[in-house]
Parts: sequence; C-alpha cells; structure tokens
Amino acid sequence: MFLRTSLLVLRKDFAIEVKTLEIVMTTLFFAVACVLVFSFAFVKEGQAPPDAAPAILWIAVAFSGTLALGRTFERERYAETLRALLLAPAPRPALYVGKLLGIVVLLALDELILVPLIAFLFGAPMFVRPLLLAAFLACGTTAFAAVGTLFAAMLMRSRTRDVLLPILLYPVTVPVIICGVRGTAALLSTPPDEPTAKMWLAILFAMDVVFVTLALWTFEPLMSE
Amino acid sequence: MKKLFGPLAIVAAALFAIAPFLIANAPYESTMLLIQKIFYFHVPSWVGMYCGLVVAAAGSLWYLFKGSKAADRYAASAAELIVVFGLNGLISGPLWARKAWGVWWQWDVKLTSALLLWLMFVAYLLVRKYGGPGSEKLAAAVAIFGAAVSPFVYVSVNIWRTMHPKTSVVPDIIKNPQGMAAPLLVSMAAFVVLFVLLLNLRVALAERQDALDELYLAHED
Amino acid sequence: MPFDFDAVQINRVSRHFGRRRALSNVSLTLRAGDIVGLLGPNGAGKSTLISVLATLAMPTSGDVRYGGRLSREIGAPLRDRIGLLAHELYLYPELSARQNLDFFARIYGIDPVTTVPAALDRANLADRADDDVQGFSRGMRQRLALERALLHKPRLVLFDEPFTGLDDAAVSIVSRRLQSLAAEGTIVVLATHDLDVADGLVTRVALVRGGRLLADEPAPAGLRSRYRSAIGAA
Repeated sequence: MFLRTSLLVLRKDFAIEVKTLEIVMTTLFFAVACVLVFSFAFVKEGQAPPDAAPAILWIAVAFSGTLALGRTFERERYAETLRALLLAPAPRPALYVGKLLGIVVLLALDELILVPLIAFLFGAPMFVRPLLLAAFLACGTTAFAAVGTLFAAMLMRSRTRDVLLPILLYPVTVPVIICGVRGTAALLSTPPDEPTAKMWLAILFAMDVVFVTLALWTFEPLMSE
Repeated sequence: MKKLFGPLAIVAAALFAIAPFLIANAPYESTMLLIQKIFYFHVPSWVGMYCGLVVAAAGSLWYLFKGSKAADRYAASAAELIVVFGLNGLISGPLWARKAWGVWWQWDVKLTSALLLWLMFVAYLLVRKYGGPGSEKLAAAVAIFGAAVSPFVYVSVNIWRTMHPKTSVVPDIIKNPQGMAAPLLVSMAAFVVLFVLLLNLRVALAERQDALDELYLAHED
Repeated sequence: MPFDFDAVQINRVSRHFGRRRALSNVSLTLRAGDIVGLLGPNGAGKSTLISVLATLAMPTSGDVRYGGRLSREIGAPLRDRIGLLAHELYLYPELSARQNLDFFARIYGIDPVTTVPAALDRANLADRADDDVQGFSRGMRQRLALERALLHKPRLVLFDEPFTGLDDAAVSIVSRRLQSLAAEGTIVVLATHDLDVADGLVTRVALVRGGRLLADEPAPAGLRSRYRSAIGAA
C-alpha cells in the first residue's frame, strides 16, 4: 500500500511532466545559466580557481533544486490536488516519498547534463571514478531533496512560500553542500583521493537516513490544516 | 513560574556582580594576555544558545506530536533566546579574533557551526512572523531539523576546516585550567541563570498573549 | 471488514487561530439519507467545518465521531468512506479526464478498468475522455470532479459550494445526483450560500454564521424567505 501509493504519485507526476517537459527544461536551463554565471564570476584569465568545478556543480544543483521544488508543489497547489491526496486512504508519508522520488529523478536528469558540461568547461576529470561520483550525486541530491520536499510541502499554504523556502532550506542543507563539494573535489584531485571521498560519502549517507526518517515521521502532523 | 522571577533575577544579578572580579583576578593566558578574557563572556553565550537549542527542539517535538500550546510557547521563546545569545557569541567571537589575530572571521569550526545554527533560528522566527496561519507548525519543523542537523554541521565543518589548519578562536584553555576554571564556571552559571530567567519571562508574556486571545474569544460568546 | 458508519456526531467543535474564530461550539448530528444544507454567508465557517469533517483539519476543541468513534481511532479506513468536492475541484489540468479518474481510482485501491468508463459516461464526458482537463469548461470540470469525488462510493459526501459557475441544466443534474445518493443511504452535506439552489434539495438545514450554529432543523417549505435575512445575502 505504501510503496504502491508512492509509485502512483511518481507515475502521475511523470505523466504530467512528459506532456510538456516544462519543469525538466526550465530547471535544466536555469542550472546551465547558473553554471555560466559562476564561471564568469570565477574564471580569471581563462583559469578557474582550483576546486571551482565541484563547487559550481553543487551550487547549481541546490539552486535549480529549490526552483524544481517550488514548481512541483505549485502544481499540487493549483487545484488543491494535494488536499485530495491527503484525503485518500493512502498512508500520508507515502505521498511524501512519491514526491521525493520525483524530485530526485528530476534533479538526476539535470545532473546528467551538468556533469559533462562542467567537465567540458573546466577540464575537470569528472569521469575518473564514475561510480563514486554517481553515489555522491545520488546521496547528496536525496539529502537535499528530503529536506526540500518536506519544507516545500509544508509551505504550500503559506503566502510567502517562494522566499521562505530558500531561507529555510539553505542553512539546513549546508552540510550536504560541504560533503558534496569536498567529496567531489577529493575525487577530482590527481590521483583521486578515494579514502577521503568515501568518508564524505559516509557522512552524506548518514544525513540521508536522518533526514528521510525525520521527514517521514513529521510529514503527517505538518500536513494537517 | 512567576514566583521564580524574583529569586532568579537576584541570583543572576549576584552572579553577574561577582563574575567581573573573578575574571579580573584570573591569570593571563600566555599568548593573548588581556584580550583572551573576552572568553569568559564568549563561551557562556554559546552555553546559553545551546540551552536554547535543547528547549526549542524538545518544545517543537512536543508541540508537533502532542499539540501542546505551552510547548510551542517555550519553543518560540527559546528560539528568540537562541538568536539573542547567538548574536552575543557571533559578535564577541570576531571582536576577539580581530584583536588577537588581526582578522575578523576565519571560518573557525565553532563560530561557523554556531553561525549556521543561528541562521536556522533566524529562519524559525521569520517563518513564525511571515508564514501566515499555521506557521507555528512550520517553525516547529525548522527547529527539529535544525537540531537534528547540528551534529552534521559540526562534523562536516570541522573536517572541512582542519584540512587547512588555522588557529582556533578557543585555544586549549581546558588543558591549562589553573585559576581559569572558577571564573569560567561562574560566568557560565550566570549566563545559564540569565537564560532561564529570560525564558520564563518570555514564556509568561506569550502565555498572557494567548490568555488575552482566549478572553477575547470568550467575550464574543 | 471495511469500516462503515451511518451517523456522524459533531460535538462542540471549535476552531480558532489566535483571535480569529472560525468555528465556535458547533454541535450537529448527521444521519444516513440526510441532505444537510450547511447554509450561511461567506466566511461563516462552512468550509472550516467541512475540512474538520473531512479529517483534513483538527478542531481546537471538541470532537467528531463517525459511528461513535473518533477519526484518530479509525485511521486511514475512515478516509475511504469520505468524499469531498470543493470549489477548487482537485483535478490535474495537465492530465486527461481519463487519466485523472484512473489515478484517483488507483489511489483509492479501486480497479479503474471497471469503474472509470462508467464514471466518464455519468459525467457525459466519454467522448472527451482523453482530452486534457485544462481545455474543459467549468461545467465539464465540475461533472468530472463530481465523479472523481464519488468514485469510491463514500458514505459521507461533503460538497463545498459545488454549484458555482454552473448553468441551470448542470445544477439540476447535480441536484438529482445528490438526491439519489441520499436515497442510497449516503450522508450528504452541502455547504452553500445560494439559497435558491438549496430550496427543495436539502432535507435539513444547519444555519451557520460567524462560526456559530444558529439553527438546526428540518428544511422548511419557504427556505429562501426564511433564511434570507439570517444569511444577509441577496
């Protein structure tokens, strides 16, 4: 019942998105624009400062993730469909998981484009340890999305939701950014510093567990009007 | 609760009165001399802030899951105190660093972690003020996540910083306690008593506001 | 055994935020076969009471009992017996009519293959089934939303201003549907400030104003004139 509900919600969001590709396209190009802005800000005489590549990657993910969260829940707010979902006999945390999976998949699609783009612009050896990099992106994106989905859902009824979401989300997800950036940077160094990277990955994974658990636990009381 | 105000205020006043004498008589720390003494003001501020964190997180959990309005009042009051005590620490820290090492901010582990926690609770207050109806619950979630993430903040900032070691704002005074323990403990006690006093005052104010709302509603009947 | 009930008891339910009172000590009993008209001006608290009945909002004090039991005791199976249709309609505009019904059927654990085509027929949308809802007129969306709310054959059906923007033909279709639901033993609650529509349709009247229940009685013959001044609306 739980998993079925989550997958139904995911499938529904997928069906909506496939028709227009609106959120995918807009967040992707926003992320690309972010990367370019940061590149112009940091690159001096054709050279980026060391470790600029992982920093820019994770910032772009965070910024476009915030946008994606806002847009996804705007869809549920438009005809108050989230209310209809909360009314269904399905376990309410399952709705959270369905939305979370949707955001993670969306950001993963963006990352599929961002990583090669950054490798291209900065000559960064992004594909030296592809599995570890994928693990970093998976864990980091999930941690960010776990908090973001909860906050975006609970802010849905708030008039000031657009500005409050970043205000709430960014301080809480700073450790995610630190782990992601430093871990990715460790992977990109020559030679790749695997032990350090794995240490950062472990911390990131622990955050995944804590965030998702807390969110599942608090989702229902937060969603009642 | 109100009966405690008097005694608490007196105890706090007494502690704050004794503390400067103890601090003045404390031995100088070897490298920083007089400047180091801001430590007796700086560290207790953090103690006050972390007391606030415990109350805010516990109150938020109790409010969210048991619906206790009283718990929410404690959480909100504690959040304000986190911001106040935290601001104390965030101002005294850079002042100290500037005088001792010539730079205002060097991403010291403890200061940076405290800054993030402070930002989270500024966000808490912003949500309560601007979040619209039902914002008490949203703020409670912020407090709970803020508390849950703080160990991760400390760990990740710590590793992040120690990869490029720089001097810490709080050197190993613990290792050389001679004569520094007493003024430190008295200062910490003073701040904790002050925290308890302010918390109770603020909660009493919130209680009166809620009671007024209840009366207003009852009057309409 | 699936949970069911035939009466809903609202006991001294209040709901307020700070000084803003939404509901104040409302007590009401709803029985199977009733079409209860929750009448009152805008801002009277009708929507809040509907939210509380739907278990989407918790009262600040008082409780609601479904067949004698509290919602938190019953849990999720209670939501399976409640249907809600409000002004916002709860339809995904980017999806087609069929996709909307299909999704909600599955969420409620109902087999879409057996139920969705019939629902589309009842809504008179069988020929537009695969068109996106955002292209539908208000009346079409309303018909679809009505079917969506009733797909799982709920025991308690809550309608919050369902007649807004409907033409006379649509209003009579919806009215007839409500009457047949009540005849089947459903508890129908209809919140509206439109007395003309309520007249002749509702069997009981619960008059709400300023969050308070002013009257709770069988629907009288001259509903319009009787309540017009109380509601203060034209």
